[in-house]
Amino acid sequence: MSDFAAGSPANRPQPQPGINPNEARFQAPTDEPLLLRWSLIAIAAFFLILLVFAPLTAVFAEALSKGWGAAVKSLQSREAISAIKLTLLVAAIVVPLNAVFGIAAAWFITKFDFRGKAFLITLIDLPFSVSPVVAGLCIVLLFGANTAIGAWLVANGFPIVFALPGIVLATVFVTFPFVARELIPVMIEQGRAEEEAALTLGASGWRTFFTVTLPNIRWALLYGLLLCNARAMGEFGAVAVVSGKRESATTMPLRIEMFYNEYLSVAAFSLAGLLAFFALLTLLLKTWLESRHADALSASRRGH
Amino acid sequence: MKIEIDEISKDFGSTAALTPVSLSIPSGALVALLGPSGSGKTTLLRILGGLEFPTAGRVLFEGQDATNLTVQERRAGFVFQSYALFRHMTVFENIAYGLRARPRQQRPSNPEITRRVTKLLELIQLPDIGKRYPAQLSGGQRQRVALARALAIEPRMLLLDEPFGALDAKVRKELRQGLRDIHDETGLTTIFVTHDQEEAMELADLVVVMSMGRIEQIGKPADIRARPATDFVRSFIAA
Repeated sequence: MSDFAAGSPANRPQPQPGINPNEARFQAPTDEPLLLRWSLIAIAAFFLILLVFAPLTAVFAEALSKGWGAAVKSLQSREAISAIKLTLLVAAIVVPLNAVFGIAAAWFITKFDFRGKAFLITLIDLPFSVSPVVAGLCIVLLFGANTAIGAWLVANGFPIVFALPGIVLATVFVTFPFVARELIPVMIEQGRAEEEAALTLGASGWRTFFTVTLPNIRWALLYGLLLCNARAMGEFGAVAVVSGKRESATTMPLRIEMFYNEYLSVAAFSLAGLLAFFALLTLLLKTWLESRHADALSASRRGH
Repeated sequence: MKIEIDEISKDFGSTAALTPVSLSIPSGALVALLGPSGSGKTTLLRILGGLEFPTAGRVLFEGQDATNLTVQERRAGFVFQSYALFRHMTVFENIAYGLRARPRQQRPSNPEITRRVTKLLELIQLPDIGKRYPAQLSGGQRQRVALARALAIEPRMLLLDEPFGALDAKVRKELRQGLRDIHDETGLTTIFVTHDQEEAMELADLVVVMSMGRIEQIGKPADIRARPATDFVRSFIAA
């Protein structure tokens, strides 16, 4: 089969440097002079070190400044443990919710034609453009104890503001676009033909969704969920407003700030290190999954 | 299966894709819907397959009103323009898809599915490609796999949307013969859409020339060549 790999750049013969004596005179149109290439790489590396590695190293260095023992011990305080539990709980609620909302929104936008589609896409982006603090305030204004709904909910033992439901609402709002944003371009590119094919073959709508749509978007979905998860764990502004910084409603980012303001720098940086570690863990998970499913991934991405 | 199209019209918003068209297709015929892009031929095919619903009019299968049958109930073997193979499934799983999607009581056993898929792979003369993914096939192979997948559901008719559109001239000629052979072997009423008049004339028993949502002429290829009904048909088949 000579033509099957034509679309895959990896299988094309690569020019071998040093073998062609004319190499110095003839360069590929997409190639740039050596000096330019190295300066671009250097600039990229410089900013990567300055903006990513340096702060990350500083966090871990500060956390471990009094040794592993002190860092681990600071994470075992009542406040730290309750913050870690709350953050994990919020992420565990928010990520599945946004998976469902995101898939539904992307499905609706890409598989149906209707008036006001562009407006809906803009609306999905709203949480990215609105300041999280404003989002938090909106929830307080809607469900706070001095509003009709809020008072009724509090009276019936289901407070939203300064409690878990408020934090979840604020976090869902702030992280809503991640999944939908990842899915919409992928689903637009894939079109409707495969779903239509499944339907003509007798599959029900649900079967089509689970056997055709979902497998086709699974990588974009995973990526969106990881971004959503990272943001859900790290959200500060919106959560700070709705939690009112109550002891029982303090997530990791809020607790980090409290520790820091109380000059408990080992505790603050240890918790910050743990939060950064969670983020790194999700990225590692993604990389591992991608390498494990590299075959399926390239098969579904290669030209079709 | 005998197919009748009775005064079917279709509007998309304010534009009419089909002004009322009527057409009767005898059982077992090989029919070409021929016309330029925008002539409504694909819309008509999709209405037959249950992927679009007409604004007005009726579709009859064997004299029974089928207008409101869902796409699943129609059991039409549909071959899409770019084949729409499931890219994350092997060729085998693509062909088996329709069998596995059946309700439990009607679903064949696994060995039976394997037997049927193997037979279909032999029918399209690609017996060894079951384990490959669609991305690893040439255009001609993909087209034949799409045909096998459509045949797997034991369809009542075969509907093909520009089945040779994306192929080079040599493969196109071979596959034309392939479709003719499969049609003759299965005896299925087969309708294909094309903008290529040579293809329509060479392959079909009955050619339906369409333009701007209307049927311009229905006839055997030789009759259409000899007696074009309108100026449009004359100029289109001369192209």
